[in-house]
Amino acid sequence: MANKLIGEIGLHKRISNIFAARNIITAKDALSMTEFELMELLDVGMKEIQSAVNLISEAASPPCLSARSLLEQKVENEYLWGHLPTHLKGLDSALCGGIPFGVLTELVGPPGIGKSQFCMKLALSASFPKAYGGLDGRVIYIDVESKFSSRRVIEMGLKSFPEVFHLKGMAQEMAGRILVLRPTSLSDFTESIQELKESILKNQVKLLVIDSMTALLSGENKPGAQRQQHQLGWHISFLKSLAEFARIPIVVTNQVRTQNRDETSQYSFQAKLKDGFQEHTRTYDSHLVAALGINWAHAVTIRLVLEAKSGQRIIKVAKSPMSPPLAFPFHITSAGISLLSDDGTEMKGPGINNIHARGHSDMINFNGDCP
Amino acid sequence: MVAWTGLEHFRVGRFNPPPPAIEPDDYVTSRLPLSSSIRGKLISAGYTSLSSISSVSSTDLARDVKITESEAFEILKMANQISGSSSCNGRSSSLVNGARNAWDMLNEEEALPRITTSCSDLDKILGGGISCRDVTEIGGVPGIGKTQIGIQLSVNVQIPREFGGLGGKAIYIDTEGSFMVERALQIAQACVEDMEEYTGYMHKHFKASQVQMKPRDILENIFYFRVCSYTEQIALVNHLDKFISENKDVKVVIVDSITFHFRQDFDDLAQRTRVLSEMALKFMKLAKKFSLAVVLLNQVTTKYTEGSFQLALALGDSWSHSCTNRVILYWNGDERYAYIDKSPSLPSASASYTVTGRGLRNSSSSSKRVKMM
Repeated sequence: MANKLIGEIGLHKRISNIFAARNIITAKDALSMTEFELMELLDVGMKEIQSAVNLISEAASPPCLSARSLLEQKVENEYLWGHLPTHLKGLDSALCGGIPFGVLTELVGPPGIGKSQFCMKLALSASFPKAYGGLDGRVIYIDVESKFSSRRVIEMGLKSFPEVFHLKGMAQEMAGRILVLRPTSLSDFTESIQELKESILKNQVKLLVIDSMTALLSGENKPGAQRQQHQLGWHISFLKSLAEFARIPIVVTNQVRTQNRDETSQYSFQAKLKDGFQEHTRTYDSHLVAALGINWAHAVTIRLVLEAKSGQRIIKVAKSPMSPPLAFPFHITSAGISLLSDDGTEMKGPGINNIHARGHSDMINFNGDCP
Repeated sequence: MVAWTGLEHFRVGRFNPPPPAIEPDDYVTSRLPLSSSIRGKLISAGYTSLSSISSVSSTDLARDVKITESEAFEILKMANQISGSSSCNGRSSSLVNGARNAWDMLNEEEALPRITTSCSDLDKILGGGISCRDVTEIGGVPGIGKTQIGIQLSVNVQIPREFGGLGGKAIYIDTEGSFMVERALQIAQACVEDMEEYTGYMHKHFKASQVQMKPRDILENIFYFRVCSYTEQIALVNHLDKFISENKDVKVVIVDSITFHFRQDFDDLAQRTRVLSEMALKFMKLAKKFSLAVVLLNQVTTKYTEGSFQLALALGDSWSHSCTNRVILYWNGDERYAYIDKSPSLPSASASYTVTGRGLRNSSSSSKRVKMM
């Protein structure tokens, strides 16, 4: 609606000609300026500008929906508002059915913790026939780190859904639905996601996975720079709108980095009032934070943190508008990730965002035997 | 508050001079109950405005216009009445047009309803809840509960007057796509249950009205806008004036978040500041005009000060001036706290809160939950 043409809004002919003469063609052009600036630029009285802006605004405003009709829409069109099941019972119930359509979901964790395993399992579950709890669609898997392994996907399928995968030709069909892209640079990636928009609708794509977002940046820029955050600004809004437009889940992974020493997670007023506050307890062996900064963190709707703590892998629901902060221990088997317990422990405080990476390296097991 | 309206008059006035105190021409003809012949005589004699009439004596007027002296006297009397009433509006206090004295403002402010947050500790430091006629900004790190507060307020504003609420409606402007209607339903259900419990309690003492509200009715009264670009956001804010005039009883406007599109898509930061401050002015105007509460949720950014990175609310320093009240949500140890960072009337204080399945509530653990500073 931002690109509504001013000429078609029904302004007085004289006024719309003045707008056109100054090359203000769309509602976006007009509303990116203050009324005062418009008045100066167009040399028209304030009153006329105000009434013109009001008309333009009315035309460019999004429609209003009551929350009730929103709910009814959701119930009616479950396929548009549904969830992609992760087949992890506890996690699915915490997230009201799985990874929701239409929003960004992020996986954060140290290398080797199982992010890609999680993604591959999701890809499998999205390509699965509806009768077996899948979405019966195609998957676009943007594999930046070259970690996707077809062999592993089929192995996971055989182990976790043997009844389907042993049908003849099924493995080929399932694997055939997963389309893997391997962009080599950020601009390459930018180009391909722009092209995706159409093909997603045309080709029944039900899931977009980006593994990982961080790797795209580290190739081009030195980490830590403020610039890199800004570079991603466009991608953040594009991916969000893509998810919403196509009503598919988008899953993105994010790496971790060590926290710089001069970074604090406090506001300036907190330092002033320190005496009354509990000191932040910081364990210095776990100085890990998500590689993409706070701007990115605001943009994702669901954040799942995968971490390792004293030899135990844990998946945590760190940010979600519907789930309380829960933590589930898990392990990786030949069938992919599986939870050790479906009852999550509720976490208190900001600890849900901490990322530990201690003592998991001995547990990495890509060859599929149960540890 | 007056300063803002003043500034606006100034801006408008400077480039489009305000109409002269006395309107010319048809002023006499339209305002004075005169016969058309006398009106014609007045105009042809050059008496076209009220001030030109009231500045002469009745004898002069009678001579100039060629009417009897008693007729002239009547005209003068009417003219004085009208010009008198229009200039002082029947209120002795307004020496300056549009101004109100502080005492009246105090009375008005005390009568203003506040929207409860469902967390009494938080209400306490907010002076009873989120205040109407004000713009309140609430910011915090991802996952601290900004959206939860937004949804909670859009439900709580509908608590009927019998239960100490406002009985209003809510506008929810979602720029991030994070409004979850299932969550709104949960909170609405909990709210209705609480009201029913309250009625049950009141029933023992005297007859109280039954809770008429159903959770679905609450959802019906949340007007939801999904905004997908900053242009739409600006357009919507401009359009709200009309929308609220058409849909009475809107008592809260929630923007979740004010930041998102402005943070991603704007390259020219100076331009962003100008557009944002115009938007802030419009929110302020809406808040005053319809006496509703505007709640702007803001994101957090890192800011480099005094040799270290610290958290600060996004959109920069000049934006910080645009909101009347500013509340920052933060983690203190394992608990969520809210801190009054800026307010013209409230002392800076902090209070803890929790987000439960039923919505925002008091934090149960600590005994000294409210901290005055």
